Amino acid sequence: MRQRVSMTINGTNYEHEVEPRLLLVHYIREQAGLTGTHVGCDTSNCGACTIEMDGHSVKACTVFAVQANGSQLLTIEGLAQGTQLHPLQQAFWDEHGLQCGYCTPGMIMAARQLLARNPDPTEKEIRMGIEGNLCRCTGYHNIVKAIQAAAKVMGEGAERKAPATAPSARRD
Amino acid sequence: MIPAAFDYVAPRSLPEAVADLVKHGSEAKVLAGGHSLIPLMKLRLSTPSFLVDIGRIQDLSYIREADSHIALGALTTHHEIEFSELVKARLPLLQQAAAQIGDAQVRNRGTIGGAAAHADPNGDFPTCLLALDAELIAVGPRGERSIKAQDFFVDTFTSALEPAEILREIRIPRPPSASSGTYLKFSRRSQDWAIVAVAAQVSLREGRVERVAIGLTGMGPRPLRAAAAERALTGKAVAPDALREASAQAADGTQPPEDLNGSPEYRRHLAAVLTRRALEAITGSK
Amino acid sequence: MAVSQMIGASIKRREDPQLVTGSGRFVDDLPQNAVLHLHVVRSSEPHARILAIDTIRAKEADGVVAIFTGKELREEFQAPLPVTVTFVPEKAYPEQYPIATDKVHYVGEPVALVVALSRAAAQDAAERIEVRYQALPAVTDVEKAIQKDAPVIHESLGSNLSYDVKRAGGDIEAAFKEAEVTISQRLQQQRLIPIAIETRGVVADYKPFANSLTLWSSTQIPHFVKVWLAVILGIPESQVRVIAPDVGGGFGSKIRVFPEEVLTALASRRLGRPVKWIEDREENMRATHHGRSQIWDVEIAAKRDGTVLGLRLTQWLDLGAYCSQFGTFMSLGLLVAPGPYRLAAIDGRLVGVFTNRTPTDAYRGAGRPEATYVIERVMDLVAQETGMDPADVRRRNLVTGAEQPYTSLFGFTFDSGDYVAGLERALQVAGYDDLRRRQSEARKQGRYLGIGLASYLEICGLGPAAPTQANTGVSLWGMGVVRLHFTGKATAITGSSPHGQGHETTFAQVVSAVLGIPVADVDVVHGDTGIGPMGMNTYGSRSTALDASAVHISATRVREKARKIAAHLLEAAEDDVVYEDGKAFVKGSPAKSVTIQELAMAAFQTNRLPAGMEGGLEATTFFDPTNFVWPFGTHVAVVEVDPETGKVSIERYVALDDCGTRINPMVVDGQIHGGIAQGIGQALFEEGVYGEDGQLRTGTLVDYLVPSAADLPFFQLEETITPSPVNPLGAKGIGEAGTIASTAALMNAVVDALQPFGVKDVPMPASPAKLWQLMHRNGGRKG
Repeated sequence: MRQRVSMTINGTNYEHEVEPRLLLVHYIREQAGLTGTHVGCDTSNCGACTIEMDGHSVKACTVFAVQANGSQLLTIEGLAQGTQLHPLQQAFWDEHGLQCGYCTPGMIMAARQLLARNPDPTEKEIRMGIEGNLCRCTGYHNIVKAIQAAAKVMGEGAERKAPATAPSARRD
Repeated sequence: MIPAAFDYVAPRSLPEAVADLVKHGSEAKVLAGGHSLIPLMKLRLSTPSFLVDIGRIQDLSYIREADSHIALGALTTHHEIEFSELVKARLPLLQQAAAQIGDAQVRNRGTIGGAAAHADPNGDFPTCLLALDAELIAVGPRGERSIKAQDFFVDTFTSALEPAEILREIRIPRPPSASSGTYLKFSRRSQDWAIVAVAAQVSLREGRVERVAIGLTGMGPRPLRAAAAERALTGKAVAPDALREASAQAADGTQPPEDLNGSPEYRRHLAAVLTRRALEAITGSK
Repeated sequence: MAVSQMIGASIKRREDPQLVTGSGRFVDDLPQNAVLHLHVVRSSEPHARILAIDTIRAKEADGVVAIFTGKELREEFQAPLPVTVTFVPEKAYPEQYPIATDKVHYVGEPVALVVALSRAAAQDAAERIEVRYQALPAVTDVEKAIQKDAPVIHESLGSNLSYDVKRAGGDIEAAFKEAEVTISQRLQQQRLIPIAIETRGVVADYKPFANSLTLWSSTQIPHFVKVWLAVILGIPESQVRVIAPDVGGGFGSKIRVFPEEVLTALASRRLGRPVKWIEDREENMRATHHGRSQIWDVEIAAKRDGTVLGLRLTQWLDLGAYCSQFGTFMSLGLLVAPGPYRLAAIDGRLVGVFTNRTPTDAYRGAGRPEATYVIERVMDLVAQETGMDPADVRRRNLVTGAEQPYTSLFGFTFDSGDYVAGLERALQVAGYDDLRRRQSEARKQGRYLGIGLASYLEICGLGPAAPTQANTGVSLWGMGVVRLHFTGKATAITGSSPHGQGHETTFAQVVSAVLGIPVADVDVVHGDTGIGPMGMNTYGSRSTALDASAVHISATRVREKARKIAAHLLEAAEDDVVYEDGKAFVKGSPAKSVTIQELAMAAFQTNRLPAGMEGGLEATTFFDPTNFVWPFGTHVAVVEVDPETGKVSIERYVALDDCGTRINPMVVDGQIHGGIAQGIGQALFEEGVYGEDGQLRTGTLVDYLVPSAADLPFFQLEETITPSPVNPLGAKGIGEAGTIASTAALMNAVVDALQPFGVKDVPMPASPAKLWQLMHRNGGRKG
C-alpha cells in the first residue's frame, strides 16, 4: 500500500506516493533527482549515503522514506551557496581530501555533524567522528587534515548554526 | 538490496501501536530506529509483511531522574544518552557504552528500547542494563508490566517481550553516591561489534567493595553476569591482588562462541583482562 | 605561478569542485530515460550441476519484462571471456562464458537474468526463480584441490591444476652449497576483497536499427571492454562505444572484461531498450574478483654476514573457479622477487590451482606486494637467524647507486636510483637507532614495540610494447593526443582511464608546461572510446610514465609546429625562432612575438601557413618507452602489541618513496597515503574467508574489515627524486608503491615486536586473537 510522503530537501518541498519499503537514499536519488548521495554498502557500514535529517546525520540507506515524512533534510547538494563552497567542501578541495570522490559527499556530511557538535576537535576526535565513513583512496590522511582546516576556518567567525549538543529528540 | 514489500503504519500512541500489533500477529514487527531491522530486511533475512513504526509516538524520548531510579524513554537515542550530562554524572557506564556503539550516524538513529528489544548478545546496551539491574517497562494488550533485565534477555535475539508488547521505558536504579562504573569494549576496528566487552559497576564503603556488578558482552547467547568474579570481590578491601583474583574468574561458567574474531579460549581470556582493567579504572587501584 | 613551473606544482585538482558538491557523474548517477533494470540471479552453490531453472512464477511477477537463463543466451556469445598470457603461457584453463549453463563453480556465478521496470521488481521476481541444483563436493583449499581424490571443478581439464612450471635464474645449487645459514618458511597471502567504495555498474544502450551499442561502465579498462564486447557479441567494433564516467575507485577490481558488461549489453540488444545493472555490495563481494590468495614456500640460502645468496620459491596461486583475464599476472611476483637486492640465484616454481571460490585477479600492486613481502620477510628472517640488525642485512644486499643500471638475475635492467641512500634517509628520518633503544627499554617493562622495514623496488609503467606483448600477451604503450582549438585552448585526449588519480589535473599541467598556456586552458578527456584513438587504460601505475609522456610528446610536437608557423609569420629562419611561455619570437627580439592563440588561429587559416604544411595544430603519439620504470623506497613502521589482548597499535609510519619526477607532489602524496592504508588493511584487518562448504563467511562490510580513519595514523612522507631516463618526464609510478611497501613493513614490525616470544612469522592478517595465541602458545615470553 503506497503512502504519501512529503519532506523538505535543501529547502525545497517534495511530495510523492511511495512504497513503504522505499529507502530514503533511493527517494533522494530517484524521486528528488539528487544523485550526490551515494550507496556504498547496504549494511550501514560505509557512510557514503550520509545526509542530515532534522539536524542529525543519518545513513539514508538505513531509513525508509516513510520514516522521513515531514522531515527537513540536508544533502551534499545543499551545502554550497551558489558557487560559494561550504568551508568543508573548500577544505576537502584545498587539502586533497578526495581522490575518486565517491565517498566524499557522505564524508563531508559526517564531518559537518562532527564540527557542529565539537567545533574544535582533536585529531583523535576527528578520526572517531568519521569512523562510520569508509574511504578506500586517501588513507584518511588528507581527510583528517581537511576537517582540521575547515574547523579552523569555521571557528574564525564563520557562522555556526547547529547546536553543540543534540536538541531534544525529533518525534515528528 | 531492497527489502521485500510490506505494509506500514505509524501510530500516534502506544495503545494504537499495540492494537496494530495484535491485529497483524506474527506478520508484524516494530520499527524504532531501524538500525538492526532494516539491514536484515535489505538482505531479505527478515521479511515482515507489516511494520509498526513507533517513531512518531509522542513522549517516548526522555531521560529523567526520579527518586529511586533514572528513567529513559524507549525511543531515547544512543546519541542522546551519549551527550546527556545526567547520564554522564549518574551512569557513566551507560554513557561510555552509548559513545562506543557503531558510529555517530548509527547513534543518531538507534534507540535504547530498540537495542534492548533486539537482544543481540553482542550488543552493548543489553549488558549495561543487566549490570545496572534495570527494569524494562513493557506495554501490551493486557496493560503494562515490568520485567527485570535478568529475565528480559532470554536468548540470541530473543527477549521476554510478548509478540504484541512494546517497550515504553527503561528504569535504572540510582547507584549510591560512592559508586561508579565503566564500559570497556574490545573490537578489531572502532566501529565494530564487541568481541568481548565488560560493563562494571562498583560501590565502595570504607575502602571495601560493598557491591559489584559485572556484565559481559559476547560471552554467550545473551548478556551475562560474571557471578563468580562478583562473589569473589564482594566485601573485599580494594587491592590489586583482590581485583586480579576476582577478574580471573570473570569467565567462569560461560560458554563463549567461536567465530572469525576469536576462539572461546581467547574470549574467556579477554573477559578476565577487560574485567581487571575495568575494576582498576573504577577503583584507581593498580 | 608561471606556467613553465607547472611540472612539480601542487595545484588543486580540477576534478574536485564537481565531486565535493555531489555533482559527480558515476554510472548510477547518469540521467536515463525509460531504462530497464537488470538483476543477476547468482549461484548459491559453490559447485553443482544445474538440473533445472523454473522461471514460470517469476515471469508472472509485477513489472517483469524478460527473464533469461544461460541456455537461452549461450548461442549469442561468439567468444568466451578473454584470458591473457600474463607470464604463464603454459597454463590450462577452461573457457568462461558470462553466464553458467550446465554447472556452477563458485557462489556468485551468474545463472539467470531478470529484467524489470524497477530494481525492486527485478529483485522480487528473482526470488521467485527456482534453480534446482545437484550439489557436487566443493574444494576451497589449494593443497587439497590438487590431491588425487579431489573433486574436479572443470572435467575437461582432468584436474584442478592449471600449471606447475619452473622459472629459474642463476645457480641455485651453488648458492645453497655456499650457504652458512638456510631457513625455510611458508608465507601466506590471504584472500583479499578489493572493495572500491563504488561497486560496479553498467548501463547499456543498444540501438537495433543501427546495430550500435553505447555502454557506460564503472571500469578501469573501457578500451579493452570495447574490443571484447565487439568480439563476444559480434557487433562491428566501430559501432561499439564504451564510456567510463566518474569511477569510484578500482584498485584492480575493475580491470577485467566482466560477465555483467556482456550480459547487460546482451539484455539491451534482446529488448531494444537501455538496461541498467548496479551491483549490490553483497553481490560485489562475491561477483567482482578477489585478490592475492597465495602461498609462498621459501627456502633461503644466506651467509652469516647477512648476504642472501639464493632462494627456492614456490608460489601457489589460487585462481578461484576460473582463470580471470589477468588471473596469472601475480606470477610476475616471482620474476621480481629479488627486489632491490643483489641476489645470485632463484629457483622458482609457479603452481596455479582452481578452487570453488570467486576468481582472483589483480589487486593493488598485483604480484609486487607479494614479491616485496617475500623478500622483506626474507631479510628479517636472515637478521633474526644471524642476530644482525635488519637494517644491516639490507645494507649488505642492496644494489648500490654505483652498480646502476643493474641487471637482475631474471634479466630486468633497473632504470635509476640509489637504493642505499633511500634506506639511510628513511632510517634517519625515523630515528632508527633511537627506536631500537626505546624498544629495548620498553621490553624491560613488559611492553612490546616492533620496528619494521621494507625496502621495495617496483616494476611498473607497463609498456614497453615488445616485452609486455611477450610476457602478458598485450602490447602496452601510452597514448596522448594534444589538439589546439581555433582560440588557442587545448584538449588533451589520453589513453589512460583514471578513477581517482587526478589525471585531468596532472595531464593538464604537462600540456601547460610545454605550451606555456594556463592549466585552465587545457581540457583533458579520458575514458571514452568514442573520442580519440585506442588507449591502454589505467592499472599497474602506468598512466604518468606512459600516457602523460605521450601527452608530453604530442604537446612538444604541437609546439614545434607552432614554432614553424611563427617563423613563417615572422619571416624569420626557423632556427632563429624561440618559443617561451606561450609566445614565439625571433631570438633576441621578444617584443615582437606571436602568441600561441595567434598561432592556433593561423593554423586553421591554411592560406597563412607555409607551403605544404597541413592545417590544424594537433599531434597524436603512441609512446613506446625503452624500459619499464622502477620506483623504489623504504618504509618504516613502528607498532606496539598489547601482550594481554594481542591488539596492534600503529605508533608511527614513515615512508620514503622515489617515483622520479613528481608532476603534482600533492597528488603523489595522496596516492602514497591511500596505498599505505590499503597495505595496512591487508596486514592487520582484511581477509576473505570461506567455509569448507564453499560459502563466503565475510560477505558484507560487517565481517570484511576495511580500516576506518579511527584505525589509522597520520603518515610521514619523505622523498628522494631520481628521474627515470626512459621517458621524457622522468616520471616513474606511484599508484601502488604505498601498498607494495606497507604490508611488509607492518608485518615485519609485528613480528619484530613478538621476538621475545620466539615468534618468527605471523600469518596475515595479524588479528588480536592470532597474536595472543602466538604469544602464549608455549607459555609466553622466552627472552
